Amino acid sequence: MKTSNGFSLSRWWSMVLKEFLQLRRDRLTFGMIIGIPIAQLVLFGFAINNDPRHLATAVISADHSEFTRSFVAAMESSEYFDIVGTLPDEEAGRSALASGNVQFVVNIPAGFTGRLLRGERPALLIEADATDPAATGMALAAAGQLARTVAAKDMTGTLSFLAGGQDPFEVRVHRLYNPEGITRYNIIPGLIGVILCMTMVLMTGLAITRERERGTMENILAMPVSPFEVMTGKLIPYIAIGLIQITIILVAARFLFRVPCAGSIGMVYGAALLFVLANLTVGIAMSSLARNQLQAMQMTLFYFLPNIILSGFMFPFQGMPKWAQAVGNVLPLTYFNRLIRGIFLKDNLFQDLWPNIWPLMVFTLIVMVIALTFYRRTLD
Amino acid sequence: MSDSYAIDVRSLNKRFGDKHVVKNVSLQVRRGEIFGFLGPNGSGKTTTIRMMCGLLTPDAGSGTCLGYDILRDSVQIKRRVGYMTQRFSFWEDLTIRENLDFVARMYGLGDRRKRVNGALEDLGLAARANQLAGTLSGGWKQRLALAACLLHDPELLLLDEPTAGVDPAARRDFWEELHLLSARGIAVLVSTHYMDEAERCHKLAYVFDGNLLAQGAAPEVVASQGLSTWQVYGENLVGLSEALKNASGVDQTVLFGTRLHVSGKDGAALERTLAQTAGSAAFRIEKTETGLEDVFIYLMKQASGKTGGAP
Ligand SMILES: Nc1ncnc2c1ncn2[C@@H]1O[C@H](COP(=O)(O)OP(=O)(O)O)[C@@H](O)[C@H]1O
Ligand SMILES: [Mg+2]
Repeated sequence: MKTSNGFSLSRWWSMVLKEFLQLRRDRLTFGMIIGIPIAQLVLFGFAINNDPRHLATAVISADHSEFTRSFVAAMESSEYFDIVGTLPDEEAGRSALASGNVQFVVNIPAGFTGRLLRGERPALLIEADATDPAATGMALAAAGQLARTVAAKDMTGTLSFLAGGQDPFEVRVHRLYNPEGITRYNIIPGLIGVILCMTMVLMTGLAITRERERGTMENILAMPVSPFEVMTGKLIPYIAIGLIQITIILVAARFLFRVPCAGSIGMVYGAALLFVLANLTVGIAMSSLARNQLQAMQMTLFYFLPNIILSGFMFPFQGMPKWAQAVGNVLPLTYFNRLIRGIFLKDNLFQDLWPNIWPLMVFTLIVMVIALTFYRRTLD
Repeated sequence: MSDSYAIDVRSLNKRFGDKHVVKNVSLQVRRGEIFGFLGPNGSGKTTTIRMMCGLLTPDAGSGTCLGYDILRDSVQIKRRVGYMTQRFSFWEDLTIRENLDFVARMYGLGDRRKRVNGALEDLGLAARANQLAGTLSGGWKQRLALAACLLHDPELLLLDEPTAGVDPAARRDFWEELHLLSARGIAVLVSTHYMDEAERCHKLAYVFDGNLLAQGAAPEVVASQGLSTWQVYGENLVGLSEALKNASGVDQTVLFGTRLHVSGKDGAALERTLAQTAGSAAFRIEKTETGLEDVFIYLMKQASGKTGGAP
């Protein structure tokens, strides 16, 4: 039976065609259709590495011998460790770990070789930044293995008596900051950044496009108000929202997830404020770039994706290939992750944090300039 | 002297992509004058107004608003001009008072409370000050918008189709208010579609397809085209209109419901033609004043190179 409400192939096809036509004209959506899968494949496929290698390692050597050189060389050729330099003493080692410049410090005590030759099974100390258990686990396991292989290879001839039986020396691992390797301790502080990043950018991303779509932008533009006043004026309420969110997360971290905060809460808020500002300016910049609310949402998504994957939140930063680290190095979340983990787990001091503070400031400044440049003062 | 002009713009041009939307438009509006800006939809009225108050940058042309250069001094212009957008552009999720407060703060008005309360009283909205602007009807939204753009005592009002979609009584009130403002020396540029509103303006300009086709007081604009017009009553005016279309002396026929306006430059030829074609008892013919609408339709058709047909 044919009724006017029955399915009509022609009507249906006309709908299909219309959708295709509109989709083709909507460049950004079209770009996302192609861009997102490619971006995800590249990021997840290549950038992420759950067996991170080439981790920055410093050596404190109070004993220079053929054997210690050979051990350091073996570490390097294991690919887990990248020897980035030598440090004079333990204090320098601690501060390199605290600032996150190195992941490991290998400490070879004085008289190590002599004691080795006497068969006293001396200990070699590796101090590890275990904030992120995933980053260090495999490397530390490999370090233990090294002791055995180096011994087997180097200790031939008269020394071969050392090669058999027990390991000729001991690798003592000292896990700093998160000694029990509790993943939660690493993830929860990291989540602060992820949550702030998402909400801040999303909310401000819509701020100007919304005015434009509702036609109220014309009214604002007709008034004697400067772009800087409009933009910063729009940011203030979101700073307050950001601070409320931080408080909620901190309370949950403390009482729900029982993650202790080693550093000061004041510093946490300070770091979060910087990070909130950075993301709000990103949002407002997107807002002045985007033509409508949908575009602003899409841009937010584009921004969010690399932030999650390349910032060291989800996967160890040191384990990523160089190009991915380079991308990560321009993302605010990368620096905030280091700051928040530094404060939460390492009780970092200001001078330890500074290398991660100024990039946030510079980032905010640059993005603000971009936002102001692209802010349309007219309706052109 | 250009200083006596509230608006004095010369050869404004604006393109959007390859669409030439405003072509060499020059306008002069005196202080205290109500200046009507007419033209069909899409003819470039909104675009022209936006260029005058710094919302769009002209591609070519120059001019002043209240003595300030429209290209360089847009901030000064914005301080002194009240612009009412074609589409309601206040915040529907703010109350009436909050909207007015926002505007007052934007212009840094002293005595904000007093001014806003005064505006609410004048509007007759004092009782509804805390109602969301979005819940107002069209007529009230328009009054709110007018009150808001008058809050900072502008010397020039740019009103873009302020009465579109507003009922006749509210329109009448609105025009009375405009005349009061103009009597206080405020210049008003108002774009509109309504012919009765055009008649109430001191001066007029007619744009079509980006071209300014006529400018002046209503009688001047009418006289400038030198049209003679006859009015025909009777049955089958549509048929008559068709028959007259290409007849000698007939430049245009316009059907207004029960009357047909027939106009032509050559009055004598037109009269002869009418006597022949419509001279039967079925039609009643009388000479009439050429109206603004006749002239606008004539101008539009001249510009688009067409003749005849209904408005
Ligand atoms: N921002 C814009 N981008 C592209 N085209 C526009 C824009 N604004 C207006 N136009 C076009 O310019 C022409 C004139 O528009 P407008 O000035 O709004 O006319 P009016 O106000 O007389 O109806 C129209 O064809 C319109 O589509
Ligand atoms: Mg318009």
